[in-house]
Amino acid sequence: MKKIEAIIREERLEPVKNMLESLGYHGMTITEVSGRGRQKGIPLKWGSKEYRLDFLPKLKIEVVVMDEDVSPAVNAIVRGARTGEMGDGKIFIIPIEDAIRVRTGDSGTGAV
Amino acid sequence: MPINAADTAWVLISAAMVMLMTPGVAFFYGGMVRRKNFLSTLMMCFVTLGLIGLLWVIYGYSLCFGPDKWGIIGGLNFFGLNGVGQTPSADYAKSIPQLAFAAFQMMFAVITVALIVGAVVERIKFSSLLVFSALWFTLVYCPVTHWVWGAGGWLNKLGFLDFAGGTVVHITAGVSALALAIILGPRKGYREGERMDPSNIPMVLLGAGILWFGWFGFNAGSALTSGGLASSAFMTTYIAGAAGAITWMILGWSYQRPSVLGVATGAVAGLATVTPAAGYIQPIIGIPIGIAASLIGFYMMAFRAKKTRIDESLDVWAVHGMGGTFGTLAVGFFASLAVNSAGRDGLFYGRGVQVLTQLTGIVAVWAFAFAMTWGLGKLVDVIMGLRVSPTEESVGLDISQHGERAYGGWMR
Repeated sequence: MKKIEAIIREERLEPVKNMLESLGYHGMTITEVSGRGRQKGIPLKWGSKEYRLDFLPKLKIEVVVMDEDVSPAVNAIVRGARTGEMGDGKIFIIPIEDAIRVRTGDSGTGAV
Repeated sequence: MPINAADTAWVLISAAMVMLMTPGVAFFYGGMVRRKNFLSTLMMCFVTLGLIGLLWVIYGYSLCFGPDKWGIIGGLNFFGLNGVGQTPSADYAKSIPQLAFAAFQMMFAVITVALIVGAVVERIKFSSLLVFSALWFTLVYCPVTHWVWGAGGWLNKLGFLDFAGGTVVHITAGVSALALAIILGPRKGYREGERMDPSNIPMVLLGAGILWFGWFGFNAGSALTSGGLASSAFMTTYIAGAAGAITWMILGWSYQRPSVLGVATGAVAGLATVTPAAGYIQPIIGIPIGIAASLIGFYMMAFRAKKTRIDESLDVWAVHGMGGTFGTLAVGFFASLAVNSAGRDGLFYGRGVQVLTQLTGIVAVWAFAFAMTWGLGKLVDVIMGLRVSPTEESVGLDISQHGERAYGGWMR
């Protein structure tokens, strides 16, 4: 069991959601976050002066899937989120110990 | 004619109420854009209070209401408010000081320019908007105002009726909004179907409330006296706003849910549409006018969004342009000398020719506003570029144009 944590552009949420849904991954959690990558934000010009916009608003999508589903789910996210420009985001994959469905108390594979 | 204290008091109060409509429209629009463009939208509306106000007192009032030149523009005799003083004008509002009339009219010029902002939000360069606004005010607003309201203006002489600016304000702003939106192009992601949901609908409602309040100054103040005509226009205005709000709510309900955004938009549609007619028609006619306003606005908005690729973002054309057009035309049918002896009778009172007069004005102002805005928009685009860069657009205009955030301070 793995958690896929994807940081994406705000405006790419719909395509990413649709891609995941079309493969049958329905459950996800979305958080508004702000952050920056290797470029340290975005340089902006105001007249002749350069300013740096340190942190940009992004969305974090969290999806928990079975090990064998990691690669199709990641591909779906990449296809939905990619624009080819800097700032498309990052995806992290994290091992998950266990999962419990609150309503029934089921745990493990059946709870995801 | 001596100065009448009651008339003066009412017009001054009305002028202050119309002034408040510009911040009103700022919040009305501001709540409809994404969070990253909230401040920029507020700013683009609010700044007209400064920019257009200054241009107005320097030469705008004179171009609109100075001595007539060939029926198309006023002379520069009142440059810098020269000769505009505490005594009444010889031609306009003869029971109040000319300064009160000039101040009242100034607020109309300010809000008309602010209305256009709705078409260009989230992507126009602030400096270019300022230049465009100044040019547009000078070369579109001032001539049209003179045509319609100036003593000797060609539409005025023709007997064309526009009580409080359905043509001068709403048609010019709405049609120009459409032209400018076409030139500017859609917001990044608009045609790809990205969601661009309103960030703050409570602000939209607050803005609509301020607008509705201010509209009593706009329409009832346009009587330029404080008696029966102002009272009639006041009631007519309220009725049309109410009918517009309820109609839009029902339309929205019939497709989905009665949305807050819908009821706010419907009120504004009703108020804009009744503007040219408020002082010429029986108050109760405000009901059919308000109903028609929302039917037209609602379906024109749907048409614009679904059948065209034009990103006229906040539907200034559908609501103000088409509303103003319908209202101006309706004057030709419903106007009655019994309501306003300075007006004319319309078709339903036995004078069908007024419909043709109204149509003439509508066609002329549509064509003039569209063509001039097209030319001015292209000119500014060639000289300094109308749009921000794609990066600046993605980041949002609040930060890229103003260095501030609506929520959470400014950039250092």
